[in-house]
Amino acid sequence: MLNYAVRRILGAIPTLFIIITLTFFLIRLAPGGPFDQEQTLPPEIEANLKAAYHLDKPMLVQYGYYLSNLARGDFGPSFKFKDFTVTQLIWQGFPVSMRLGLTAMLVALFVGIPLGSYAALRQNSRVDYSVMTVAMVGVAIPNFVVAPLLSLIFGIYLGWLPVAGWNDGALSHLILPVTALSLPYIAYIARLTRGSMIEVLGTNYVRTARAKGLPERTVITRHAFKAALLPVVSFLGPATARIISGSLVIEQIFGLPGIGRYFVQGALNRDYTLVMGVVIFYATLIILFNLVVDLVYAWLDPRVQYE
Amino acid sequence: MSSSLLTIEGLQVRFETADGEVSAVNGMDLDIGQGERIAVVGESGSGKSQAFLACLGLLARNGSAHGQVRWQDLNLLELSQQKLNTIRGRHIGMVFQDPMTALTPHLKVGRQLNEVLEIHRGQTGTLARQRCLEVLDQVRMPDPDKRLDQYPHELSGGMRQRVMIAMALLCEPKVLIADEPTTALDVTIQAEILALFKDLVEQQSMALVLITHDLGVVAGLCERAAVMYAGRVVEAGSVADLFTAPAHPYTAGLIGSTPKLKQAYGEPMPTIPGQPPNLSNLPVGCAFRPRCRYGIERCAERPKFKPLADGQGAACHRAGEWGGGA
Repeated sequence: MLNYAVRRILGAIPTLFIIITLTFFLIRLAPGGPFDQEQTLPPEIEANLKAAYHLDKPMLVQYGYYLSNLARGDFGPSFKFKDFTVTQLIWQGFPVSMRLGLTAMLVALFVGIPLGSYAALRQNSRVDYSVMTVAMVGVAIPNFVVAPLLSLIFGIYLGWLPVAGWNDGALSHLILPVTALSLPYIAYIARLTRGSMIEVLGTNYVRTARAKGLPERTVITRHAFKAALLPVVSFLGPATARIISGSLVIEQIFGLPGIGRYFVQGALNRDYTLVMGVVIFYATLIILFNLVVDLVYAWLDPRVQYE
Repeated sequence: MSSSLLTIEGLQVRFETADGEVSAVNGMDLDIGQGERIAVVGESGSGKSQAFLACLGLLARNGSAHGQVRWQDLNLLELSQQKLNTIRGRHIGMVFQDPMTALTPHLKVGRQLNEVLEIHRGQTGTLARQRCLEVLDQVRMPDPDKRLDQYPHELSGGMRQRVMIAMALLCEPKVLIADEPTTALDVTIQAEILALFKDLVEQQSMALVLITHDLGVVAGLCERAAVMYAGRVVEAGSVADLFTAPAHPYTAGLIGSTPKLKQAYGEPMPTIPGQPPNLSNLPVGCAFRPRCRYGIERCAERPKFKPLADGQGAACHRAGEWGGGA
């Protein structure tokens, strides 16, 4: 198992390298540059700036500089957030995004899985139909509608919770953004769980378990549940990577200092190093979480073996 | 005949499907005596498996069962799931057709066995392990000790079927229902499993219901047989009588279509003409009428099950007069 994990991590290096290369050239192919502004800079200042960041060199040379810095763990300075390195920006925002994202994902799991299982056990009943209707709505309504509505109702009209702000992640400040962020995940996980639970409940081995005279509760918890979780687990890997690397919409609406905004701001500002930094960070997370998913698979299903 | 243990009366099994209602079992009657070895024979779709799944409350979600399945003073079809759970797995064991998918993939064999003892006898730990080993030994499992700590996928098909049989035997049931227990296995393993059934039945006093489409299996193992067609028992009697003097044309057709060793090369295999009936639209009267050579006008009425000599009986207006029969 450990052997397998190490091999997978080594195997991820070429993948990361390709992602780095593609991003590097693609962002530079986009029109404009980091120092384009409404007021054009005096040419000598612009030349100095470009020279300072090696932007006056041919692209392949820049690529070489970038790679050699990267190999030393240096993501370089941000072009726009002066006096900050990309590493600093990411480590500043990441704890916020991670706290928000992990909380939202935990909420989504603890609500979505029971909801989906319950609907599956009462398939085609009124409960099932209402859960699935709500889930459909949850998947369909975008964040940027739900978040301001929540803020408006609970923050302004009722005054129960703060409208926005982080306040070092205090619980009262977490509730609204976590709710808004987790709703679509709750909905999706509930639908996934329901579908796979219904499938598993129809398998021969569940019939065998019933034929043994086990109480239905035991049939479900011992014989059906683990197998029904498999599709949820495969969804969870990339979804967790996505949710903890920050949501632009939620962080913007609730004014949270996470890294979500760097994805868009970096790209819009042509902040080359910042874009590279967040892309590499996100790609690493995805690779890591996919590995975790594969390891969890082996635990859920003994037929899966890694050699 | 010994006193009856499980009595099926007027059993109906229906499934609601997107294409309408399908009637899998249509008024099945069968009496299973203590210690009796009875074969239930029929082609695919004759309702033989569904009838017994219904007895144990194991129908798919869209299925429903009506009629009577009497066990002691109870009608199994009307029992709550809780009550039913005190009977299935304990007094009535069941072995299924496909051992490759019938065991839970993520639980060790030992767990899947000992949970039966835990629930019905309150046995756990060493005591339960001992009993599991004893039964695995009884079903001639190689290295039983090792198997308990293995997962189903580490076992061959034959071994998995032995686990299934052991599972059903753990609580010494009064009836063992085996639903095509050898169909999914290699021929050599089939023979071993059948020999095992034979020994088990001889050693123990339990009744055996063997659901099969394989007449060869029936002859060696059972004393009585019931032939099913379109969800009804169309003929029942001792295996010897059924083979030598079938009273229903369908039974005769089944026996006639068994491949024979002496069959000349190139000679076509005898078959029953026509197709099994469409279960969502059964013919009026005798369901076998469209395929029967001996049909008369009266066959448009549903034939009652007529007792003949020696416990044989058939649901055919012309039983005993069309040329076959006792």
